[in-house]
Amino acid sequence: MSKIEKDLVVLNKKGLHARPAAFFVGLVEKFDVTVTLANGSDVVNGKSIMGILMLGAVVGTVLKVTVEGLEAPVAMEEFEKFFSKQEEELIV
Amino acid sequence: MSEIVLKGIPAAPGIAYGPSFILDKGEFIVPKRSISSSEIDSEIARFEEAINNARREIHNLKSKITQDMGQDHARIFDAHLLVLQDTTLLNGVITGIRDSKSSAEYVFFNVIKKFVEAFAKMPDEYLRERASDVSDISKRVLKHLMDESKLHDLDSLQDDLIIVSHDLSPSDAVSMYNKKIKGFLTDIGGRTSHTAIIAKSLGVPAVVGLKDATLRISNQDYVIIDGQKGLVIINPSASTKELYTKEQHKITASLEKLDDLKTLPAQTLDGKNIAILANLELPSEIPAVLKYGAEGIGLFRTEFLYMNRLDLPSEEEQYKAYSQVAQEIKPFGVTIRTLDLGGDKFISSVQIPKDMTPFLGCRAIRFCLERPDIFKTQMRAILRASVHGKIQMMYPMISGLGELRQANAILNQVKESLRNENISFDEDIKVGIMIEVPAAVMTAESLAKESDFFSIGTNDLIQYTLAVDRVNEKTAHLYEPTHPAVLKMIQKTIDAGHNEGIHVSLCGEMASDPLLAFLLLGMGIDELSMSAASILIVKRMIRSIKLQDAQHTSYEAMQLVTGQEVEEFIDLKLRKFLPS
Repeated sequence: MSKIEKDLVVLNKKGLHARPAAFFVGLVEKFDVTVTLANGSDVVNGKSIMGILMLGAVVGTVLKVTVEGLEAPVAMEEFEKFFSKQEEELIV
Repeated sequence: MSEIVLKGIPAAPGIAYGPSFILDKGEFIVPKRSISSSEIDSEIARFEEAINNARREIHNLKSKITQDMGQDHARIFDAHLLVLQDTTLLNGVITGIRDSKSSAEYVFFNVIKKFVEAFAKMPDEYLRERASDVSDISKRVLKHLMDESKLHDLDSLQDDLIIVSHDLSPSDAVSMYNKKIKGFLTDIGGRTSHTAIIAKSLGVPAVVGLKDATLRISNQDYVIIDGQKGLVIINPSASTKELYTKEQHKITASLEKLDDLKTLPAQTLDGKNIAILANLELPSEIPAVLKYGAEGIGLFRTEFLYMNRLDLPSEEEQYKAYSQVAQEIKPFGVTIRTLDLGGDKFISSVQIPKDMTPFLGCRAIRFCLERPDIFKTQMRAILRASVHGKIQMMYPMISGLGELRQANAILNQVKESLRNENISFDEDIKVGIMIEVPAAVMTAESLAKESDFFSIGTNDLIQYTLAVDRVNEKTAHLYEPTHPAVLKMIQKTIDAGHNEGIHVSLCGEMASDPLLAFLLLGMGIDELSMSAASILIVKRMIRSIKLQDAQHTSYEAMQLVTGQEVEEFIDLKLRKFLPS
């Protein structure tokens, strides 16, 4: 069981809004992991789209992403790819 | 989010703040409903079923949009679906149902509301707009949880809300009574629109003629109403909120001071008594009216008995309502105005043809003379009720002696048939007329000979004298109670009445403004009838001045040539007499 923590920056110009958030939740569900996202003291479950939207993460926000579970390393790799996209078109 | 200030027309004084509710945007109204412990499981099951149904709908919509417009456009529905399987949300509602023992729709509505509020506060505009996505989803679910016909039922309104509406019809007004409403904002309307009348009688502030308030304000936006200046502040800053909280405390404090006046007579310093009465919409308002120290009801608007229903009120029902008012207002009296429909007041039970110019059309007494069946039923009810207290009756919108005689002829028939049936009524019942049409003013001498009293209805009299539509915000600035033509109309009416030895009262909004009431006093008015909430402030004015000063002031004011001059002049004079 491994636990990985990384600070990732939101590069999507429109922030982590409904569609990218939905995409992210879909990504989390592909792996056998538990994920939390934290914006300062706000911590939310990575499977909760409402939680993610409530983070109000605009472009440039640094989120602390914590991944726990057997597939944590491969999952984190995918999340980093997701966060590195700047345009919505590129992440779908 | 920066605050936005809108400027409108002040229609009812006071300050209020709170969440807004847009009346005509199809917003849902979810009432609180408690459930018993044994219902919890079935309520949760009902909630889960509603979620599943909503999900199925979104799936169908998604595949339709995918087919029609391509996958990209359909992607937003993935987000909607995720919301409906979001554990934070679903568990929040399920726990809520268990803990609060409230219905699924109520708990769901409130959980969603918190999310929507949080989104609406986000600094990023794009994320802020997600609030609308979430409301959209919630409506879909609520439709499955509630009876569709109840979704917009105003009777279910719960919170202390500020009502924002394009306009407020008199029948909307009926639903507003006995509700915890903090204030009103409307796009259209002038100082004497129905919104103003309702707000004043509820004692809450109103700003009207805001043009596009329903578009600029969103549901649940926090707004401040400044009923003094006619301002609305959307999403006010902390400092603005503080400023207005202080201002409101000041107002409350000065109103508390006025409380001492309740039991004191409305008497000028030189000993002249002026009767101050209240205008009444519904019998249920009487306790409030008495609380403000009204010496009777100077205008009981009976239209409200006819509104929001598909049939006409029966004689018995009207008899009960009129008797109740007569009994509860004792030892004072009540002046009942016969049906004043048309203009901007309509009912479902009678088809009134839409006139091109409704205020000049078949309204009020004209309608009643056209429909003697309806008129007679009301007269019978009023006459029968007259044994239970002091009741006077008056006809609205009389434009000449012919109409008055026609109405009285019908009244005599009704009296005769009551006598034949051995039903008792007050044989000396006083029957007066409303003076609200310039033609009535010009023929006031002859009308006074056949009326027991006059009651000047300034809202309409000003509208007809100045040819200004009182509901049109574009002409609102022309609606001037101090216009010399209006003052001459009023003076002529008072003089004509007094020459015949009859009482002249005034029951328009004009009476509730201390400045204008001061002028009216000087002109010789015997009685003022107004929204109950204004009584004390007018009484304070009366108790601070001498009739003699009012007379001098009004004499001089009558020599002035514009409404603005008159207003500035009285303001200047009154300042000298009034405690600040």
